[in-house]
Amino acid sequence: MSNELIFGFYVFVLAGFLGYQVISKVPPLLHTPLMSGTNAISGISLVGSLVAAGAQYGRLSTILGFIAVICATINTVGGFMITDRMLRMFRKRPTDRP
Amino acid sequence: MSASSLRLFYLVASACFILTLQALSSPKHARRGNLLGSIGMLIAVVGTLLYKEIISFQWIVPGLVIGSLIGASMAIWMPMTKMPERIALSHSFGGLAAALVGVSEYHHRGAGIDRVTMAALALEVFLGFLTFTGSLMAFGKLQGVVTGRPVTYKGQNAANGILFFSALVLLVLVVADPSRTPLFYLMGGLGLTVGVLFVLPIGGADMPVVISLLNSYAGLAAAATGFALGNYVLIIAGALDGTSGFLLSLKMSKAMNRSFANVLFGAFGSSGEPAVATTGAAAGAAYNLATVEDAVGVLDAAQSVIVVPGYGMAVSQAQHAVRELGALLETKGAMVKYAVHPVAGRMPGHMNVLLAEANVPYDQLFDIEAINDEFARTDAVLVVGANDVVNPAAKDNPGSPIFGMPVFNVDQARAVIVLKRSVNTGFAGIENELFSRPNTMMVLGDAKQTLREMTAGLKG
Repeated sequence: MSNELIFGFYVFVLAGFLGYQVISKVPPLLHTPLMSGTNAISGISLVGSLVAAGAQYGRLSTILGFIAVICATINTVGGFMITDRMLRMFRKRPTDRP
Repeated sequence: MSASSLRLFYLVASACFILTLQALSSPKHARRGNLLGSIGMLIAVVGTLLYKEIISFQWIVPGLVIGSLIGASMAIWMPMTKMPERIALSHSFGGLAAALVGVSEYHHRGAGIDRVTMAALALEVFLGFLTFTGSLMAFGKLQGVVTGRPVTYKGQNAANGILFFSALVLLVLVVADPSRTPLFYLMGGLGLTVGVLFVLPIGGADMPVVISLLNSYAGLAAAATGFALGNYVLIIAGALDGTSGFLLSLKMSKAMNRSFANVLFGAFGSSGEPAVATTGAAAGAAYNLATVEDAVGVLDAAQSVIVVPGYGMAVSQAQHAVRELGALLETKGAMVKYAVHPVAGRMPGHMNVLLAEANVPYDQLFDIEAINDEFARTDAVLVVGANDVVNPAAKDNPGSPIFGMPVFNVDQARAVIVLKRSVNTGFAGIENELFSRPNTMMVLGDAKQTLREMTAGLKG
């Protein structure tokens, strides 16, 4: 097994533990923003799509990369925006109508 | 830019993402955290665009523009009641992106790929395609394009099991010899098929669990992409997303008192066996139908009111009408609270978002643990389109399919007003004995309309 892989597993497992700790503290009130937020974050697969679309590996790779860029961008841009739209709505008393 | 400086960009992005999730522990800081996350994303994307391997922007720029336009318009114009649909769609996009990057990578690296990378690629493609079609199915069920009822047939679990096992065998074969290209694509195709078949038997009421689980798969597919590309920010973000989805689905299953396996393979309320297990007394009992005027009379006299929203509130888009009635009751001196069940609606936190949209302050929204002892001291409970989460059978009828599920003690309140579209049983097809109890009044009709009439009645 290569060092790169072992290191990857380290990162994966530690990030998983950290995620478990952090996410267990999210109240049920914010479960939907949590979902759309993590969804925006996992849209980071965009960086992989960018390389596939722009590295000129060949026609098929480029086209698949292009579609992947669209999908991942929808998730990141849309995800962060809609999470913000939701979080803006959570207000404490006294409420002031916009 | 070199690969090592790019990694520094990714490190900053990873830190931002973790802070984003940490900020979600309270609605006070959550917005700032979300902003930080989007900055982290921007850093990662800009860093990548400067990376030396990217030589052509001919496809990248249109891709980014199209994606941003679609993403932004969905974020701006999609109504909050459609959030479960949006979430399901975004999981399918995430899965598809991961799978396509995997196919592209396999195609260009060819048979010379090493086994470890091949394993990661194969997982990425399989999970990615599975998430893609599974989430599309979930979307179809939520939209009503595909029937929301569980679709079951004889030998279903066995058939799905065989398909899944075949995919695993193909995966092993491809990893053993990466030059087996047809097997690789066959495995991808199986991923697509398994995704459809796996969501088919799951009913609408179980959607919160399934959506969370698909969230987790989308995360794992992203993490697998990270392993295949040797990209740590992908591994970290995928691990975070995967854990989050997994944790949520555990919480949702717990809130229904069912195991994971039961949700996935149990086909809740399926036609095969009688899901309706009522006691003899309740089965024939008539509902206590009431008029809007009766309900207004009860609410007018109430000092304390608890509102229990359910999926019916989302269907009727009644959240604003609920808030109006609640605000009016407050100005008349009543104490108004909202009780939100973890699985009310079609995804985790669905009701909270809708009520927040209608301007209900979040300190008036309560979890089941926080509010369940208060029902006994409450004058009136207003159930808006909720059914299973207020079914007393979960507490006292061991024969009921939902027995053991934590439910609100609404039956202990002095009076219960239930707003319901019709006298049909709920989504799971389970009889609700609450509706025929003497302290319950059923007001039939569209919830939004009824609520408005009640508000008008209280004013007059």
